[in-house]
Parts: sequence; C-alpha cells; structure tokens
Amino acid sequence: MSEHQFQPKIVAFFCTWCTYTAADLTGISRLTYAPNVRVIRLMCSGRVDPQFVLAAFHHGADGVLIGGCHPGDCHYQEGNYKARRRIELLRAVLRDLGVEDQRLRLEWISASEGEKVQRVCNEMTEELRKLGPLRLERPQHQAAALAGEA
Amino acid sequence: MTKPKVAFYWCASCGGCEEAVVDLGEDLLAVAELVEIAFWPVALDFKRQDVEALEDGELAAAFINGAVRTSEQEEMARLLRRKSAAVVAFGSCAILGGVPGLANLYESQDILDTAYREAPSVQNDDGTLPAEESRVAGGTLTLPAFSASVRTLDQVIDVDYYLPGCPPPTGLITSAVTALVGGKLPEKGTVLAPDVALCSECPRAATKPDKLLVTAFRRPHQQLIDPDLCLLAQGLICLGPATRAGCAAACPGGNMPCTGCMGPTSGVVDYGAKALSAIASLLDADGEDEVTARVAEIADPVGTFYRYSLPASLLHRRVRPAARHEEEEVAP
Repeated sequence: MSEHQFQPKIVAFFCTWCTYTAADLTGISRLTYAPNVRVIRLMCSGRVDPQFVLAAFHHGADGVLIGGCHPGDCHYQEGNYKARRRIELLRAVLRDLGVEDQRLRLEWISASEGEKVQRVCNEMTEELRKLGPLRLERPQHQAAALAGEA
Repeated sequence: MTKPKVAFYWCASCGGCEEAVVDLGEDLLAVAELVEIAFWPVALDFKRQDVEALEDGELAAAFINGAVRTSEQEEMARLLRRKSAAVVAFGSCAILGGVPGLANLYESQDILDTAYREAPSVQNDDGTLPAEESRVAGGTLTLPAFSASVRTLDQVIDVDYYLPGCPPPTGLITSAVTALVGGKLPEKGTVLAPDVALCSECPRAATKPDKLLVTAFRRPHQQLIDPDLCLLAQGLICLGPATRAGCAAACPGGNMPCTGCMGPTSGVVDYGAKALSAIASLLDADGEDEVTARVAEIADPVGTFYRYSLPASLLHRRVRPAARHEEEEVAP
C-alpha cells in the first residue's frame, strides 16, 4: 500500500456469537486482511441501533460493516432479522442523504467462516478506496455534545 | 417592582409559533401582566435599535423560533443572546431545524434557481436572483446572506431551554413563561415538556396490540382511518413511539398519524434514526425481498423520519458530492 493511497476507515459491528467468533478464527487461521476495519463486538446484530451507524459516520468513518449470524441462526432467535429491517430502512434514508450504498454493508458470517471475514473486509476496503472519503459537514457543537455524553 | 422583560423573535419559520403565542387567548393577558414585552417584531412596533439599547442580560428571557438560514437571523440570535439571561428555543425549527431544515437536502444555489427561475408560477426573463448587493438608481440595496445550510438555534448560539412542538402547545407555553418569570428555573438544557413517549397520552393507546406487526404501509389518503384503533395497527406510519409527549396527541386525536414535531425524548441523539428503528422493528418481513418491498412502500424516507430534525441529525445535511466540495474549498 502506497503512502499516498486513501485509507478508508471502516467501523465494524460484529455479533459475539457468529461474526466476532469468525473474526477470531480468521486470526487463528493466520489469514491477513485490510487493517482499515475497527471491530466493535456486540451481543447481537439486533443491538445495532441506527444511531450507532450514523455516529460512526459522524465521527469520521467512511464505511460501516455489520456482521451477524445467518438468517435462522440468531442466538436470540430473531435479532438478525431486526437488524436486516433496520439497516434496509436506514439505507433508504442514507441514499436520499447522498451516502452511497457501499458505505453500509450487512453480512451474515457464521463462526466457521473465517475466510469470509477476510474477503468481506478486503472487498469493502477496496470499494471504499475507489469511492473516496465520506465528507460530512458537522456543526461544531454536535461533536462536543457527543463527546460530553460518552 | 419592575416587571421582567421578555422578547419574542422569529428566524426561518412559518409564523405558526407566533400564532401559538396569540393562541394563548385570554391567557396572553395574564402573561402580559407578568412581563414587559420588550421586543416582538411580528406583533408590536419595535426595532433592532430597541434591543441594542438594552443592557447585556437585561432581558429575563428571549423566545426565539425558527431555524437559522440567513446572516440577519444569525446576527439577531447573537444579539438576543447577549441581551438575555435565558434563551428559549421555541418550536421544532429552532430546536431541530424543522420543516425549513429539509432544505438541507438541496444546495443553496438549487433552491434559489427553483424558487426564482424554475417555479411554474415565476416569470423572471432576466433570470435575476436575490443578491447580497444590488446597484440601482439612487444607491445600493443589500440583502442578508443566504447560508449553505440550515442550522438549529443551538448550532449558532448557546440555548438554555427548549420548548418543542410545531407549534408548541399553548399549555406548555404558559407553564414555561410562568416558570421562567417566576424564577423557577429548571436545569439548563431542559426540554420544557414531559419526558415520555407520545403513546402514553394517546387516546388510542389502549388499542395498541401487544405484538405489533405491520404487513403493509399505507398513507393516510389511501384508506378510511378507523378513529379509535392504534394508527400503527392500521399500517400508518405514526411516530408516536419515538416522539416526546406534551401535545395531548393532537394529531392521532384528529385521525392523523404523529409526524414527530415534538422531537425525541431525552437520551436520543438522532431523532430520525431512532424513529426509523422503531418503525423498522414493526415490519412483518423476514426475507430480503420482503424487507425491500416493505421499505419501498415508505414514500420519502428522509421526509418521513427527519421531517423536523434534519439539521439536528448526526449527518446534518445531504452529503455533497466530492467534486462540489473541492470547488467550494478553492472558492473564496
């Protein structure tokens, strides 16, 4: 990777039961993937509040990746279905706000699919590199308000 | 004893908030007994110089409605901030950006072109647009600058209290004014309305099913609305579950779904995200195609979920394409 190449920042929300375990397997299997992805472990993809996605963009992420169990495999029965509904509706909103579809990706990755974590992370990094940075205009006060709440 | 002085001012708004003050009716007389109105351009003959002549902090409270779009609005907001002990953001536009905030979906040039050149009712053969300076016989005329985006009041000045609603319900206005002039000041940053969801005061609440699933979204004009049944249970997008109470559920009471003018309850950073999350959770769809079909039934998702809050949202406005950004950066 050249020094001058754009390095997208990707925030990933992985469910602890499937995708996070798969990401562990990726490491154990010594598969390397783009270091542009920052993983946040959640109990379930259904825990992803659309506010988390927007907050990631607000704080400078160029893309957000959400990983959950395959349909039918959710540890909590239907959390991943709720994630699918919320993310699809959020995507419709983001589209109208000028945020490209590629910046928000939802993937089902089971605990045994370490190589899928590698592939998805690499693909998304490449796509966002082509797309370029997400340039939001943020009124100053909001960054401060968010920091205050943390 | 001298009465505390208050000011009312409007920025980018429709005048409905001013109307809400007048709607106090006879209660307005009681308010006028308690306070001296030092500035209220829409109703009384005051000039900017009258405000400038006040001591800093001399106004007990300034009630400012409307979002901030022009340089004049920004100047007046800053002036009133300096002259006031407390500033109240009055109504959805001042607090969240309001309906005028949906202009953040467009570029300012596109807005001017549409309004002054392309609208079917406009005849403007020379293509003249409003300019900050126009030379005419006899001198130069000036207009306030039109900024690139709509901002909320607290994106421009420090705000002490928030009085939500489009417009704020009269009961909330009376209690806010009484509390402020009576010296019963709540904690700074308080939203002067109940901190519970609208469903708690909705007359239809009892008919809200325990497990609510929406098989198809419909718009109010597409069906006869049952006047008693929960609107969500009828497939209408009612934002009551995500919206603050305080309006006595005026819209659901009038057979229309809540559109969210009271804004979020405390703890919510981005109203639209929370509202869409609440609605999406109700979709009776599991497969990808089904979900896509349900989502496609929602006309104008941004206008539905961010009707009053786009400027206050985490994204603030529609993202400008990269090329446009670069043009702006080189522009002076």
